[in-house]
Amino acid sequence: MKIHEYQGKAILARYGVPVPKGKVAFTVEEAEAAARELGGFVVVKAQIHAGGRGKGGGVKVVKTVEDAVAAAQKILGMQLVTHQTGPQGQKVGRLLVEEALPIEKELYLGITLDRASGKNVFMASSEGGMEIEEVAHHTPEKILKEVIEPGIGLSGYQARKLAFGIGIPAASVNAAAKAMIALAKAYDEIDCSLAEINPFILLKDGRVMALDAKINIDDNAMFRHPEFAELRDLAEEDPLEVEASKFSLNYIKLDGNIACMVNGAGLAMATMDIVKYAGGEPANFLDVGGGANEEQIKNAFRILLSDAAVKAVFINIFGGILRCDILATGVVNAARELGISVPIVIRMEGTNVAEGKKILAESGFNFGVADGMKDGAEQVVRAAQ
Amino acid sequence: MSVLVNKNTRLLVQGYTGAQGTFHATQSINYGTTVVGGVTPGKGGTQHLDRPVFNTVADCVKETGANASVIFVPPPFAADSIMEAADAGVALIVCITEGIPVRDMIAVKQFLKDKNVRLIGPNCPGIITPNECRIGIMPGHIFKPGNIGVVSRSGTLTYEAVGQLSALGIGQSTCIGIGGDPIIGTTHLDAIQLLNADPDTHAIIMVGEIGGNNEEIAAAWIKDNVTKPVIGFIAGQTAPEGRRMGHAGAIVAGGSGKAEDKMAAMTAAGITVCATPAEIGQKVKERLGL
Repeated sequence: MKIHEYQGKAILARYGVPVPKGKVAFTVEEAEAAARELGGFVVVKAQIHAGGRGKGGGVKVVKTVEDAVAAAQKILGMQLVTHQTGPQGQKVGRLLVEEALPIEKELYLGITLDRASGKNVFMASSEGGMEIEEVAHHTPEKILKEVIEPGIGLSGYQARKLAFGIGIPAASVNAAAKAMIALAKAYDEIDCSLAEINPFILLKDGRVMALDAKINIDDNAMFRHPEFAELRDLAEEDPLEVEASKFSLNYIKLDGNIACMVNGAGLAMATMDIVKYAGGEPANFLDVGGGANEEQIKNAFRILLSDAAVKAVFINIFGGILRCDILATGVVNAARELGISVPIVIRMEGTNVAEGKKILAESGFNFGVADGMKDGAEQVVRAAQ
Repeated sequence: MSVLVNKNTRLLVQGYTGAQGTFHATQSINYGTTVVGGVTPGKGGTQHLDRPVFNTVADCVKETGANASVIFVPPPFAADSIMEAADAGVALIVCITEGIPVRDMIAVKQFLKDKNVRLIGPNCPGIITPNECRIGIMPGHIFKPGNIGVVSRSGTLTYEAVGQLSALGIGQSTCIGIGGDPIIGTTHLDAIQLLNADPDTHAIIMVGEIGGNNEEIAAAWIKDNVTKPVIGFIAGQTAPEGRRMGHAGAIVAGGSGKAEDKMAAMTAAGITVCATPAEIGQKVKERLGL
């Protein structure tokens, strides 16, 4: 789960990571009050989950309350387009109004999982404020790494090594190391799957602070953190994805016009691939899971068909636990109930496939029944044209 | 002609009396697997599916001589179940559970380091040696005994590949579903090393997907060490960056974990990389000169 910058900063502050004074604002009036409280010299920052907000015009530094109001009016409600939002952008519904600070140096801190060792790795770089992927690509030597030992956390010596290594002056090293250790502790305790502070700043007066906070929380660990449920911002998610999540369906909206319904994540990805290979564009990723029931199949169908771009549907099921006859019944019932407006190609294999095919053939609907994945993909691409 | 599991495998089931445990234990028993009993804390001393239920894995191992365990325990408790099995000395632990937090798996990985046990999964379909032993959730009837080893991060793609092989009359030695999570007990490399050392495995199918770089690591080893034909496929060539594609581990992040990089590494290692999963069976046939 992704959370907003202001939410991430509030969590980090509780762990002792220094952050600027600031307030979230949902309206221009709230932004004005926050700017006044902070003395007028503030940064007004759009709160959306995507990065690259500054370049897209979602971050403004202002000197007076009046200018803060003008900035808030401009940013609140705008469709902010960044390299991570796609061309349609993301509507800004919240602002973070923060004290503006005299920056001496912009640095980078981050934590992520190293899959090979099965341990988290703390990264630090002197090249703050830039895309860390770019730094990793062009000057990998500028990213310093320390392995976080499970059960121990980031040790003081590791944090100091990183702090000195990224050029923090001796007088500020202890404060920086303390912030790093606090970040690592927060990462562990709140079950993060990613944490990035970019930039982590050194101020002219020698203090250090997290000027940004990108915190992702492991969805699988949400049962341990019921209090985080309210941090979810549904406005940041695709409405169809939100709807699908209610039925435990793994759905991701894409830009094409061929809807895919598949069981199993690997086969679902491979189905998108083969549609593309056959010359089509997948409209979505959808994994109905290994044990889908009729009800889920019906809801999956409804969600697929509510995407206006969809011109044809490809159902690709390898029945193991999910029996082909159950699938066929679910599809036929859904088709009856929802009405079909687009061609449907079905490929199924595995448990009870003969019964499944019989149900489809006797349904009265003109389903395209495919012989194998490749044939199915080719049929559905033709049908969508 | 197999690795890790065969007709001598004595399987215990953790989460034995639950719906999933009951359903799949029954399937395994019907397949001919030696299921010796199961564990559900608090139900020790009772019988389930005509086999004894124990309160602890240690009790079950002591009484039944179990040497493998399959875990159908809900995510919040699954890591604990893995550690319990390891502590009881169960040599092969197969964890089916999907949705275990990464933090729990970091702890598990540390815990297993000095134990002489092998973990398969989590978030995997299990492992099967056709006609001998089925551990997990796969549909047993699609498998056929033979000489092709299969290793895959995905359950249904394993079935897809196996379905094609069996339809072509080509059987399998052992099929290992290693799981779709970021931290797994047995990697592509581990599985390929086992299959490579098995004299009755004549060729290997390696199915991967986006996320991480385990496929690249395995490919590098294959290049220097494997003379058996290896046929591969990578799912997620069209997956958008930064989105988790169903499996917790299937994500292209920060430019790493891309399908194209994996496919390039595999091709460079002499692996026959299939453009689509529809051609896996056919490519195996060609590589074997059948």
